[in-house]
Amino acid sequence: MKTLLRVSLLTAALGAAIVEPAWAHGLAGNRFFPATLAIDDPFVADELSLPSFVHRKTPASGDEPATRETEISGELSKRITPWLGLSLEGALNHLDPDGKPSLTGFGNLEVGVKLQFFKSDVHEWVSSLFLGWEVGGTGRKATEAESFDRVKPAILFGKGFGDLPDALAALKPLALTGVFGANIPTRTSTRTVKVEGDEAEIETTRHPNLLRYGLAVEYSLPYLQSFVKDIGLPAPFNRMIPLVEIEAERALDRGQAGITRWTVNPGIIWAGRLFQIGVEAILPMNDRTGKNVGVRAQLHFYLDDLFPRSLGRPLFGN
Amino acid sequence: MVRRAGVACVLAVLLGAAGAAAHAFLERAEPRVGSTVRTPPTQVKLWFTERLEPAFSRVQVVDEAGRRVDRADAAVDPENQALLRVSLSELAPGGYRVIWRVVSVDTHVTEGAFTFKVAP
Repeated sequence: MKTLLRVSLLTAALGAAIVEPAWAHGLAGNRFFPATLAIDDPFVADELSLPSFVHRKTPASGDEPATRETEISGELSKRITPWLGLSLEGALNHLDPDGKPSLTGFGNLEVGVKLQFFKSDVHEWVSSLFLGWEVGGTGRKATEAESFDRVKPAILFGKGFGDLPDALAALKPLALTGVFGANIPTRTSTRTVKVEGDEAEIETTRHPNLLRYGLAVEYSLPYLQSFVKDIGLPAPFNRMIPLVEIEAERALDRGQAGITRWTVNPGIIWAGRLFQIGVEAILPMNDRTGKNVGVRAQLHFYLDDLFPRSLGRPLFGN
Repeated sequence: MVRRAGVACVLAVLLGAAGAAAHAFLERAEPRVGSTVRTPPTQVKLWFTERLEPAFSRVQVVDEAGRRVDRADAAVDPENQALLRVSLSELAPGGYRVIWRVVSVDTHVTEGAFTFKVAP
């Protein structure tokens, strides 16, 4: 874990030395990349996701019953420079376990720093590095906010296919974004003492290092209309971007190596002038993610368009 | 209470930005993006989603060999600041590429290109 942390910090430091001016608002050449719902996007931007909504049912696990989980969260992202940004995220969780009383409470706060180190307008390609820190103990323990920290380094990319040959014009509106990273707990295990009558039992819960990865496949109807072929789509369809996001997490060690949780999230984003709205179904793909379909939705504001001369500008540069 | 606070935040963001402009994206064009026309057009017209800064917005049209075929008189329409037009020399049958780069009134730069064909 310490080695992985050192590598993550070194990578971020090296990335800071290889900077390239970036544009706001998820643009690379002709390509507009919307903010995605299940996985992070590769852009540094001034934006606000409020609210983001997730509702799903997680399966029973060990002594824990199946639980309906509802999360309402907000995330503020702010550019420090055109290529470096910070983010702050918080969530309110409502847990409704089968056969037990429901609980409501805030999750741990999460702060992040993102460095956009590469962009190619011609090839509609963006790459960035991210380092997230979930601050342990800032949320309510009863709603599963952990008392220890988690460090989340990742590399992100976005690639539009506008550079395909004209013979494949129908595929030009396609784009991919992806994330590959880790979720590193700062504690390897937690011991809990359970007292029943005269007997005390020590329960040890191990916290594995996790590999997290995901991919979003998008087909941009605005891109089709503006850069490939105007097929006469009326509003609101001419601003819609259908997409499928795949989100996965795989345990690496501590007795849980190989255990993977993954979902497929088909949905649609409508991107307007000043904000976008997205909605996706959450389809569980294995036993670890259950059998019930969930839903996620998001209202996302483009602060660089809403407040171009104040909140929507980098603090330094540009 | 949390729900009311959330709604208040959303309303504050929207009301605080009353009158805000945004990035200018291409809404429609004449000739239409990716179209084939029988009659050679005499101008290209581009309608954007936002008003443009005339001094920093430009468009050019080139043929398949990369030669410019517009008259280098691109201008934002004084009656409609979201409309950018450029006149064309007489076009022969073939493919053409429209290349644009504009700045919206909120100072954001967007750019793009599309093709059309002339086939009498």
